[in-house]
Amino acid sequence: MFLIECPWCGMRDETEFSCFGEAHIARPLETEKLSDEEWADYLFMRKNPKGAHREQWLHAAGCRRYFNAERDTVSYQISATYKIGEKPPGGSRK
Amino acid sequence: MSKYSIFSLLRNAISYHENWASAWRSPEPKKEYDVLIVGGGGHGLATAYYLAKEHGITNVAVLEKGWIGGGNTGRNTTIVRSNYLWDESAHLYEKSMQLWEGLSQDLNYNVMFSQRGVYNLGHNLQDMRDIQRRVNANRLNGIDGQVVMPEEIKRAIPEINIDQGCRYPILGASFQPRGGVARHDAVAWGFARGADMRGVDIIQNCEVTAIKQKNGAVTGVETTRGTINAKKIGVVVAGHCSVLAEMAGFRMPIESHPLQALVSEPIKPVINTVIMSNAVHGYISQSDKGDLVIGAGIDSYNGYGQRGSFPTIEHTVAAIVEMFPIFKRVRMNRQWGGIVDTTPDACPIIGNTPINGLYFNCGWGTGGFKATPGSGWVFAHNVATGEPHELNRAFALDRFVSGFLIDEHGAAGVAH
Ligand SMILES: Cc1cc2nc3c(=O)[nH]c(=O)nc-3n(C[C@H](O)[C@H](O)[C@H](O)COP(=O)(O)OP(=O)(O)OC[C@H]3O[C@@H](n4cnc5c(N)ncnc54)[C@H](O)[C@@H]3O)c2cc1C
Ligand SMILES: [Zn+2]
Repeated sequence: MFLIECPWCGMRDETEFSCFGEAHIARPLETEKLSDEEWADYLFMRKNPKGAHREQWLHAAGCRRYFNAERDTVSYQISATYKIGEKPPGGSRK
Repeated sequence: MSKYSIFSLLRNAISYHENWASAWRSPEPKKEYDVLIVGGGGHGLATAYYLAKEHGITNVAVLEKGWIGGGNTGRNTTIVRSNYLWDESAHLYEKSMQLWEGLSQDLNYNVMFSQRGVYNLGHNLQDMRDIQRRVNANRLNGIDGQVVMPEEIKRAIPEINIDQGCRYPILGASFQPRGGVARHDAVAWGFARGADMRGVDIIQNCEVTAIKQKNGAVTGVETTRGTINAKKIGVVVAGHCSVLAEMAGFRMPIESHPLQALVSEPIKPVINTVIMSNAVHGYISQSDKGDLVIGAGIDSYNGYGQRGSFPTIEHTVAAIVEMFPIFKRVRMNRQWGGIVDTTPDACPIIGNTPINGLYFNCGWGTGGFKATPGSGWVFAHNVATGEPHELNRAFALDRFVSGFLIDEHGAAGVAH
C-alpha cells in the first residue's frame, strides 16, 4: 500500500486520496483561435509515460486540497509531492 | 503441421503423448517482411492470422517482447459479450461474437468458447433504465438480450443475494444468452498456430525499441534482436501504445492503468454463468477447474507495473461477498494485474496514424478480450488495404479531433 505525503497534512494512507491524472496541463489562451487539432491535443492527448510522471492528486478524505506528485509509473514510488503553483522539485522536464 | 483430430490423439497416445510437434516454429527473424505486427497478444496474433487467411499476406512477423499471450490476453477474466449500446460498437463486437461462434473449428484448436450467458446487474432505477435502453438498442441491432427481474435471476443463480435491504440491492439485469467465456491462453495459442501454419513468423523475446521512418513513411523497426524492415507495421501493444506512439513521434489520447483479477481455491460447481456489476465493480464466473474468477476495477492512477493496489481488491471482494454471501469464507489463491489502455470514450482506436504504413490497434482498455477475433479481422483488412473496414472506420484516431466520440462509458459500463 502507498503512503502519500500531502503537502498540508503529511503522510497518509493512499485510500484517502484520488488521482486526477497528468499535471501541468495549461489551458490554452485565446481559445477562439485554436484549431481542432490544438483542442484535441489539450483535451484528450496525454503523455502517459512509462517511468517518471507528474500528476495531480486530491486529498479527498482529508483536507480536500489538490496537490501535485512526481511518481514513477513502473515502481509506483513517489519521489516528491508539492503544492499547486510550486515548481516541480526535479526541475523542468519536457 | 498436422491437423488435430481424434486420430492424431490416438496416434500420439501410442507414444504416451511425448512426440507432439510444437504448435508453432521459433524462427530467427528475417531482415525484411511485408508486414510487421508489434505485440503478440491475442489481437496481434489474430491480425497476423487473418492477414494470412483472408488477404493472402503471409510474409509477416509478429514481434513480442516477452512471450505470446503474456500481456492482458493471459491476464483477463475472459468475459465475452456483444451487447454494447451504440451502433458502431455493437456492430464491431457482434462481428467478433460471430467469429467466436466458429472459432474452434476455424482454428482447429479448442478455444473452449462457452456460451453460458452474461448478466449485467442493475442496482438502482437509473441502472435499470440504462439496461432497458441498451437491451432495446441491442435487439434493434439483431443482438440477443433480455431484461430480467430479481426472481428470475435468483432462479438461474440460486446462490445470489436478492435481498432488497442491502446497500446495493439487485433490481434486475440485462442477460445476453450468447455471451460467455473462452480460454484466454488457447485463444493466443490457437491464433499463433494458425498464423504459423500459413507462414507467419512468431518471434518472441523481441522488443521493439524504435520505429524507423523516412519521408513520413515507416521503413522498419529496431528491436532487441536487430533491425527488421517492413513498409507496413501494425502496432497492437495494449498498455504500451503510448510508448510506441512516442517512438513514432505522435501523441495518443490514452492512459495506462493497472487492472486486477483474482482466483479462489477450486470449489464444486456453483456458478454456471457470468455475473457482472458495473456499479460495485465486481464480476465473477467459475472456471472449469472450479476456481471463482473475479475481476476488479482499475486503479485510478497510471501504472505500467502489472500489479494493482490492495484497496481495489478489498473493494471488489466486498462487492462479491454482498452479492454472494456464501463466498465469505472462500480463500483466494492468486491475484495479478495487467496494464489496460483506457481512452476518453471507452472505445478502441483502430486504424491509420499520421505516419504512412503505420497502423495502430489499441485502446481496448478493460474490455478487449471479447473483441480479439473481430479486432484482428478488421485490423487485418486495414493493414492489408491501407483503408479502414466499414466496421472500424468510426474508431479512427482522428475522432478525437472531429469530436465524433463513441461514448460507451455509461451503457457498456466501466468494465469488460
Ligand atoms: C485483469 C483484467 C481483466 C480483464 N477482463 C476482461 C474481460 O473479462 N473481458 C474482456 O473482453 N476483456 C477483459 N480485459 C481486457 C483484455 O484483456 C484486453 O483488452 C485484451 O486482452 C487486449 O489484447 P491485446 O492483444 O491488445 O493486448 P496484450 O495481450 O496485452 O498484448 C500486447 C502485447 O504487446 C507486447 N508489447 C508491448 N510493448 C512491446 C514492444 N515494445 N515490443 C514488442 N512487444 C511489445 C506485450 O508484451 C503484450 O504481449 C481484462 C484485462 C485485465 C488486465
Ligand atoms: Zn491533506
